Amino acid sequence: MPERVSRPRAVPYVFLAPAIVLFVLFMAVPIGYTAYLSVRRTKVSGLGLGRGARKEIFAGLDNYAAAIGDGELWAGWLRVIGYGALVLAVMLGFALLFALMLDTKHVHLARFTRISIFLPYAVPGVAATLMWGFLYLPSLSPFGDRPFLSAGAVTFSMANVAVWGGTGFNMLVLYTTLRAVPRDYYEAARIDGAGELQIALKIKIPMLIPAIILTGVFSVIATIQVFTEPTTLRPLTNTISSTWSPLMKIYRDAFVTGDLYSAAATSMVIAAISLVLSFGFLRVVKNRAFGET
Amino acid sequence: MRTNRLAATAAAILATTLLTACSGGSAEPSSPAAGSSAAPAAPVKLTYWSWVPNMDKIAAVWNQAHPGIQVTVSKQAGGDDAAAKFLTAAKAGNPPDLVQAEYQMLPSFVAADAVADIKAETAKVKGEFGEGIWGLVTLGTDAVYAVPQDSGPMMLYYRRDLFEKYGIEVPKTWEEYAQAARTVRKKDPKVFLGTFSSKDPGWFTGLAQQAGAQWWSISGDAWKVAIDDAATGKVAGYWGGLVKEGVIDSMPYFTPEWNKALNDGTLLTWPSAVWGPGVLSSNAPKGKGKWAVAPLPQWNAGESLSGFWGGSSTAVAAKSPNKAAAAEFADWLNTDPEALTALIKEGAIYPASTKGGALLTTTPDYFANQPDFWQQAAAIGATARGFTFGPDVNVTYNAYKDAFDKAVATKSDFTAAVRTMQDVTIADMRKSGFTLAQ
Repeated sequence: MPERVSRPRAVPYVFLAPAIVLFVLFMAVPIGYTAYLSVRRTKVSGLGLGRGARKEIFAGLDNYAAAIGDGELWAGWLRVIGYGALVLAVMLGFALLFALMLDTKHVHLARFTRISIFLPYAVPGVAATLMWGFLYLPSLSPFGDRPFLSAGAVTFSMANVAVWGGTGFNMLVLYTTLRAVPRDYYEAARIDGAGELQIALKIKIPMLIPAIILTGVFSVIATIQVFTEPTTLRPLTNTISSTWSPLMKIYRDAFVTGDLYSAAATSMVIAAISLVLSFGFLRVVKNRAFGET
Repeated sequence: MRTNRLAATAAAILATTLLTACSGGSAEPSSPAAGSSAAPAAPVKLTYWSWVPNMDKIAAVWNQAHPGIQVTVSKQAGGDDAAAKFLTAAKAGNPPDLVQAEYQMLPSFVAADAVADIKAETAKVKGEFGEGIWGLVTLGTDAVYAVPQDSGPMMLYYRRDLFEKYGIEVPKTWEEYAQAARTVRKKDPKVFLGTFSSKDPGWFTGLAQQAGAQWWSISGDAWKVAIDDAATGKVAGYWGGLVKEGVIDSMPYFTPEWNKALNDGTLLTWPSAVWGPGVLSSNAPKGKGKWAVAPLPQWNAGESLSGFWGGSSTAVAAKSPNKAAAAEFADWLNTDPEALTALIKEGAIYPASTKGGALLTTTPDYFANQPDFWQQAAAIGATARGFTFGPDVNVTYNAYKDAFDKAVATKSDFTAAVRTMQDVTIADMRKSGFTLAQ
């Protein structure tokens, strides 16, 4: 049914409409619903059996108080921060190292190397974790009877999975940025007598800082949301609890113990913390990164 | 002419708008059959969530004979995840018509108002089940919330060949089991008699039932919770002692490691349920013909008691528009001889119906060396005792996993883990507002 648009002033809104509709449907409404659920709870009377024994009532900020007062959630944050610091340092360190090495002049098989470093990123998280899980299990491991999944080592073992999977992606981001740097800079540096190492330290890394920050922010967010690795490894070992990471606690509350309302409140708390952490990280590094150039 | 144009307009609207509701009014005149419904009604369509192997084949038998009620099976992953999925679907308002409900999860389903009372529809099949099993689907109330499907009385699976090799008798008491565990370690430090699984609360529940635990009970209008009762403490203390002593392993069941140990003979026993042969044949194919079955070791010499691990029922969703038809299918599935035969043959389950026992004639392939497998199972099944499950078993079971994970990893007091289960359960029930008896 063709219909002419008579009022040109409506045109921008028509073009915007799909985006607005999608945003409202898939962002605003779910967030609003989560906020609504987070201030409600169920109230059971008597035995709680039979019809009408369970009602949904307004709970005020009780769920938030419970979420913030829950020691397990904060213990989860501590575990995740330790894990995240490890992943961030090692993964970005390797990514930077590989990007710089690939960008040097005399490198053989650059294409092949690049692809092999990137390839693990294409392996789905669950598959990667299961694969590593099998390598970690003492009786199946080709590395012999080592306690990779013991209480002391499990954080490192999990970080290893994340580093293995994430290094390639971050390397590619950094490498692509490096390729965009005009070659004359290096030319000039060489004429001034700089070696490859000096070029890397004095020119390439400073030019890379914005990209490093970008990958850093992505990694911080991914770390806060860590869920797949611990959840997949959990059935294999008794050192990972059902509340190991904050998101696992939300999953447990919502789908294992059936308390959607607490889960909604905890989600809101975690969303707030993620925002603070990501913006905080940006703020801390902003001056260093963008202030001088 | 007019109807045609309306239909065309309706189709155009349908195609160009997301709001399909608009088309309802204008599309009506174009469907002439709507008014005259004297003709046979369209078949009732039911969906059924189950994780019994080959359930679709069994439903096909029903569909063939009942053109008026067509059942579609949707295969589920099973266990806790399936229960969570059903509760979520029920909350969202689009549950399946029928669902496989493990006995321990049924009270949670009832408390969430997710399953229907089908007392009237099941009156005719009540006599087909033992009283203990029937109590699990009534929860001790006047209502009936499901039709029992299978049950899981526990027994001891053991490696007969290796028992001979190490010179161990089949333990008759838990004391003998502990002695045997020590003997095995002395003869071969790579081998364990058994393992304590901190991932399988249902397993521990069955062992506690054998010892006489009563975790939940209803007194008047209040729940009584006694997870840390003396019987459970005895069971927990016993296994905790063995794990601490190092004579029992602590790897969880159903893991790749466990499969390997079952296969290569480094694990000699598995106290499990009657559905064990299915697990053993798929997880430990190399052990075929080497495993045998015996009654669970007893707490006191001369007793013969057991507990239940698992077992499930067929429930009808409270929101199903076709409850009567769904209940009729549930009755047929779990009591009709043809259905029971199919369940045994295709689904490899141990039917809860008393008629089912007579149909179990073919010894499982895996236990070809034990022709009296089903006679043993029936005798043990008659000695198994269960208890009423509470309305938040999912919380209790999750607490089991976390508390025992920790206790096993640090080799600390197992009875403290049981107290944690009790505390977490009580706290959750209190928070929800259940009336608790003290």
